[in-house]
Amino acid sequence: MSNAQAELIRHSFVTHVDENRLMDCMRCGFCLPACPTYIYSDYDETQSPRGRIALMKAVRDGDVEWDGSIEEAFDLCLGCRACEPACPAGVQYGTLIEETREAVLSVKSQSLKEKTIRKGAFDHLFADQRKMKTAVKLVTFYQKSGLQKVVRKVGFLELFPPFMKEMERSLPDPPKKRRAQAAQTEKKTKVAFFAGCLMDTMFQETNRNTIELLNMLGCEVVIPKNQQCCGALQGHSGEMERARRNAKANLEAFSLEGIDYIVNNAGGCGAFLSEYDRLFEENPTLHTLARQFSKKQIDISSLLVKLGIVDELAKQPQTEATEIVTYQDSCHLRNVNGVKDEPREILRAAKGSLFVEMPGAHLCCGSAGIYNLLQPEMASRILGSKMEEVKRVQATTIITTNPGCLLQMKVGVEREGLSETARAMHVVDFIHEKIMESIGG
Amino acid sequence: MDVQVKERLIAITGSAHARTSTAQKLAYSYDATANFQALPDIVLSPSSVEEIQEIVKVCAEYGVPIVSRGSGTNLAAGTTPTSGGVVVLFNRMNRILELDEENLTLTVQPGVITQAINELVAEKGLFYPPDPSSMSISTIGGNVSENSGGLRGLKYGVTRDYVKALKIVLPSGELLTTGGKLAKDVAGYDLTSLFVGSEGTLGIIVEITLGLIPAPETKKTLLVFYDTLEKAAQTVSSIIAAKIVPATLEFMDKGTIEAVEEFMKIGLPTNCEAMLLIEQDGDPAVVDKDMEHVHKLCMEHGATSTQMAQTVEEAAQLSIARRVALSALARKRPTTILEDATVPRSEIAKMVKAVQEIALKYDLLICTFGHAGDGNLHPTILTDVRDDAEMARVEMAFAEIFDHAIKLGGTITGEHGVGEMKAPYLEWKIGKAGMDTMKSIKLAIDPLNIMNPGKIFAKSTKKRVVVQHE
Repeated sequence: MSNAQAELIRHSFVTHVDENRLMDCMRCGFCLPACPTYIYSDYDETQSPRGRIALMKAVRDGDVEWDGSIEEAFDLCLGCRACEPACPAGVQYGTLIEETREAVLSVKSQSLKEKTIRKGAFDHLFADQRKMKTAVKLVTFYQKSGLQKVVRKVGFLELFPPFMKEMERSLPDPPKKRRAQAAQTEKKTKVAFFAGCLMDTMFQETNRNTIELLNMLGCEVVIPKNQQCCGALQGHSGEMERARRNAKANLEAFSLEGIDYIVNNAGGCGAFLSEYDRLFEENPTLHTLARQFSKKQIDISSLLVKLGIVDELAKQPQTEATEIVTYQDSCHLRNVNGVKDEPREILRAAKGSLFVEMPGAHLCCGSAGIYNLLQPEMASRILGSKMEEVKRVQATTIITTNPGCLLQMKVGVEREGLSETARAMHVVDFIHEKIMESIGG
Repeated sequence: MDVQVKERLIAITGSAHARTSTAQKLAYSYDATANFQALPDIVLSPSSVEEIQEIVKVCAEYGVPIVSRGSGTNLAAGTTPTSGGVVVLFNRMNRILELDEENLTLTVQPGVITQAINELVAEKGLFYPPDPSSMSISTIGGNVSENSGGLRGLKYGVTRDYVKALKIVLPSGELLTTGGKLAKDVAGYDLTSLFVGSEGTLGIIVEITLGLIPAPETKKTLLVFYDTLEKAAQTVSSIIAAKIVPATLEFMDKGTIEAVEEFMKIGLPTNCEAMLLIEQDGDPAVVDKDMEHVHKLCMEHGATSTQMAQTVEEAAQLSIARRVALSALARKRPTTILEDATVPRSEIAKMVKAVQEIALKYDLLICTFGHAGDGNLHPTILTDVRDDAEMARVEMAFAEIFDHAIKLGGTITGEHGVGEMKAPYLEWKIGKAGMDTMKSIKLAIDPLNIMNPGKIFAKSTKKRVVVQHE
């Protein structure tokens, strides 16, 4: 790296990374035991929140010259934000790592691999809901046509990183056509549904189930048109302008009039939606709007609990437990929105299954947006140890509350050869199975 | 560092366990002390005593400084590589070696996290009392090197009281074994005690045998709130005078309570001026009797309200609240610098008052919390390193706090160590004879001064300005 470029990066840090936010860190180290990359790197301070903040500050202050080792330390951060609830000093690490990534991105060109993945993901799929749907149609065709089997045999996917291959094997079955929703009972609560790009395409069944459950519990559900991907993946990678574009579109798409909640069933999206105000600190009008929008956000587990799902589940006939259920936290649902009890409450209440807490359930599964594509080695190490815990508690059903985690768990099940005995599913689908099947007989 | 030296060092651990990149060196350039930072030349993770001996021999040959580092939670710049050189880590020497239930001892490698020890022995109905606030992060090696205290120091003492035996790699590379699993041992000088709290300046501790005690049967936790600091301080003295020794007797002032509540959100009242956290453990009948007596004393000394923890979880939350006090205070200002001045417990009220006056005199924001029952306070100055004028006042305020503590028969550090930060003040406490004795011990054991140089012994002592207090 040339001196000139290092100097450019330093300037970019001065512009993008807030000095006061950096100074909030007093280096006590309380974040260390919460950080998955610190743990899985065999306690390497370089891969810890405290280490990364020290690096941000050192680059910004010109104490060290930018090089590949510093870049790697930032790249290896999962962005799970487990350090935030652990931090007594209230350091806004999530914002700092996003600012850092923006600072780097605005100066440095990306590697070809990263470029390809990001371009594919951000410029096409996540930027535009229609394109996402087209991609899913392709996947559908690919799966339905039997081509999938052929491709697997021929080894076409050898061209991709090993992780992508496993992910491909874990793609859910193509969704069936969306049914129109009719109100079931008298409406008390009116919610707008944030469909989410991945959820609305790859996991369309889950979205349908979400709406059915809400209807059953007496909710009127509206699905605002023109809604876009939440922008989280772009934002976490430092592509703040792209994130802002999506956020603005969503602020326009959702009318808050008469709406009690805006509900989502993807932990990662929910966290980002609840922090939209951070994106518009320099635009008072949008900032106010974003704050109102964020206040209405709720995740599906919390809403279902509020609407009395626990009682509904309790009403189900008592049957013998035939499966062991465990829960893998969605990092952002837990660390940003502070939701950890509700999904567990639901799973404990369900009949015919035994809920077992998995040690380390609060630690990131390694999916982390597109992290598993960009950092396959670390992601793989994290997933490996996660699956060890799954085996230890002998779980037959792994529940998640976010599509990225769900895919990652599916990859894990596939990779460990557990697909005969274990399944990964969204909490909504699990409840739907428990309740609707018993109603439908 | 010479390339040849570096290569020899890397060959010892293997390159997978030697860190030399810019990012890695920076990540080991600091500990939890504000405003101290220096880059090492190399960071090594040895896996055995033999590897450490090899590293020390190479360092001795070339006069390279060695800093032992656990989790880097030191609060006196004891683990910053001030003079560069090698940072030795214990992330690969973090095994529990033996739990001896017949002798009630636990033998561990230095890299074990303190809390893991607490949890392991608790499963067996045993108890390792030292519990520094950073115990969920800190390593036992770090605790032994700093002779760490904690919340239970009042009744149970500090780390030194539980170290039975040590294995130490001396600056020559030789392995020294001290002590044993013994209740009594007077064979010569007490070398175990010498190395406990030596802050890495005499050798590298590579194995530790700890003494354990039976776990207390039960524990009760009481919170007490006051509308003045003095009333809280007087309660502390009255409890001790009544011949009650609680397991924990902690103090927090208003500013600290506010910061902690902002983080924990457990409903601490932020409209009081001071709070005591009092715990007693042991036989249930004794605990009940003591806590009743304590409660009565609190009310007699003007407590505005009290609150007994109803569940084990609630009690645990309250001790976490106290443990995070320092870090939570960082919410208030960009830079957090804390002190560790300790006075005889009878003088605690005077010391609290002096700190308040010093804050006013130098126009500084000082919040105080600490182990009131031990006389060990942590006045914490909330400031901004970027403000030179304020930092100059901070330095004067600390000098005055040290001066005052010493006059009250106290010390400059109760449990954090001297490190680099307090080295210029050490002579104030121990005098010239003390300095000469310590220096001659250091010189005898580490003649090349390769073990954590720049710590404990400063280039020069701060000039002591004697301040008159009425």
